[in-house]
Amino acid sequence: MIVLEQLLNGVQFGITLFLMSAGLTLIFGIMGVINLAHGSLYMIGAYAAALVAAHIGSVGLALLGGIAAAAVSGIVIEFIVVRRLYERDHLDQVLATFALILIINQGASMLFGRQPLFVSMPAALSGSVTLLPGLAYPVYRLAVIVLGLSVAAGLFLLIHYTRVGMLVRAGATHRQMVRALGVNVGRLYTVVFGLGALLAGLAGVIAGPITAVQVGMGEQILILAFVVVVIGGLGSVRGAFFGALAAGLVDTMSRAFLQMLFRHLMGGSNADALASGMSSISIYLLMAFVLLVRPHGLLAGKT
Amino acid sequence: MNVLKIAAGACLAAQIGLAVPALAQTPVKIGVITSLSGPGGYLGQDIRDGFELAIDMNGGKLGGVPVQVMVEDDAAKPGQGKQIVDRLLKNEKVRIFTGIVFSNVAGATVPDVLDAGAIYVSPNAGPSTFAGKGCHPNYFVVSWQNDSLHESAGQLANELGYKSVYLVAANYQAGKDALEGFKRFYKGKIAGESFTRLDQTDFAAEFAQIRAAGPEAVFQFEPGGLGIAFLRQYEQAGLKDKIPMVVAAPSLDAVTLSVVGEAALGVNVTSHWNSGFDNPANKAFVAAWDKTYHRPATYYASQGYDTALAIGAALKGVAGKLDDVEAFRQAMLKADFQSTRGAFKFGPNQHPVQDWWALKAEKTADGKLALNTKAKILSGHGDAYAKDCKF
Repeated sequence: MIVLEQLLNGVQFGITLFLMSAGLTLIFGIMGVINLAHGSLYMIGAYAAALVAAHIGSVGLALLGGIAAAAVSGIVIEFIVVRRLYERDHLDQVLATFALILIINQGASMLFGRQPLFVSMPAALSGSVTLLPGLAYPVYRLAVIVLGLSVAAGLFLLIHYTRVGMLVRAGATHRQMVRALGVNVGRLYTVVFGLGALLAGLAGVIAGPITAVQVGMGEQILILAFVVVVIGGLGSVRGAFFGALAAGLVDTMSRAFLQMLFRHLMGGSNADALASGMSSISIYLLMAFVLLVRPHGLLAGKT
Repeated sequence: MNVLKIAAGACLAAQIGLAVPALAQTPVKIGVITSLSGPGGYLGQDIRDGFELAIDMNGGKLGGVPVQVMVEDDAAKPGQGKQIVDRLLKNEKVRIFTGIVFSNVAGATVPDVLDAGAIYVSPNAGPSTFAGKGCHPNYFVVSWQNDSLHESAGQLANELGYKSVYLVAANYQAGKDALEGFKRFYKGKIAGESFTRLDQTDFAAEFAQIRAAGPEAVFQFEPGGLGIAFLRQYEQAGLKDKIPMVVAAPSLDAVTLSVVGEAALGVNVTSHWNSGFDNPANKAFVAAWDKTYHRPATYYASQGYDTALAIGAALKGVAGKLDDVEAFRQAMLKADFQSTRGAFKFGPNQHPVQDWWALKAEKTADGKLALNTKAKILSGHGDAYAKDCKF
């Protein structure tokens, strides 16, 4: 029973990671931009949803407000800053987007203060359901899993069966050719950046009721999202999906079971120390292992 | 050209020469290195605001000596703290430092301060590494030694009669000190323990472990934003009503309480300070805080305030002169100030000897949440490392 529960936990964590890393990998794969400010968009989504929820009180509007704020901020950022970085090297991009993190964090603490914001759990989603005898699972986490899977399916359809998706796929591999065919690549990039920002905002909105909505919350998850992008293969949304699930499961499972495993092998305190050490680096071990076997990641884009 | 340069140099030298006798009137510089950004930025903010409040209430002076506060943000990063100290020591000739929130930042930063012969007065972090054999004559702690926070929680768990407890702590120096401290006083059985990453936001895996272990209570050390996430998820996982929680002050302060809301109801807390403490110093502090900042005062704020008063008492003792570090030290050790927490003195390792109290998160008559003071847990409590400290 505990194994099943931990599996669900792992999937849920993986889904949250996927929402973050899908945007990162889209932006990197198609536009070639390393966007460190992706975590700030996550934070903007969480803050906007928290404020809407506090002032209007509607869960649906809070969700919409959060993702809209993130998407709009993404488009504004693309228009003002990122647009100038396409032709520059990655170091410039890192520098400029890191500056964005500092500016947005400072802005948020000036506007809303450094104290965390309160987001209440929607009443319909609080509490837990009994999935199997002896397995009660929080409704909210189930909802996150369902939502994340539907977003993943939606993205899959969007990328493989629509005209925008076709351009996105083509733009990732043959940028010049797409341009030569008369497509406005600049506008395409703006759309992609906005979409990535929207996904990050959605992840932030979801995280609000579970974690603390506070300045700097985006940086915590950003590093993990980058690890997922590397595991999945740069530029591959499908890779990001499987990479995120793998990372979520490995992280949760190692936190849950390594300790028990080591306790069978050695003394109590040694086992605890080793298990906690191993589980904190398990995601990075996974990344190292994947890179060893497949140097370009699980499902690398064809760049 | 050369002549001009020499002339300019001579002017400069003359100015420096002139400035020396005037130094006595210039304010004493105090370097406040604290964490203002990133998760947990409110901890540093409260320490800084408490510190500055004490100065404002004394008309820009501490102990009658004009002071100039230089606030720097370490962003909770040890490397950044080190760089700031280096800059303040060399460029600004700062001789008194304070402010650090996190033990890992203190671990990297404080040795540089002490090596330069300057003084460090901690308003928060009190890692075990500086409390015993690693103690230093120029190092003072006004807040607490990390372990003693959690020793009081261990004692409270005894008094509440819990036979087995599951332990969870963030994986860094203060987290290790927390579990050490708790276990030193707790007499029951340890049902299991988990360390979590400092950047962890989801505790579902740990909760499943707790449920499987089935303890009578849970003790956790997850400061700031981590504690908010922990408490909310604990309620969402349906554990709150089944397995009660005992924590020390860092896991549930006034800010966490206001953000967590009902999820914190019933949590047992131990602390050395509470906003309702009935002594004149605390009443003056809480009144001034409410008037100036319009947000709940946390124990971080009270520690920042007390630290400023402690430094003020020492500055008064040496009439604002910092050339004789030993004289400053002796003045500091007298702890000649009114602490907001009541009885306070320095132990042999220059860490606090103070009382610890049991608090509980409860609803007040008007439906608001508050931390109510329940009972005294430990009296005149120092720390376990003091005996190893030899100057």
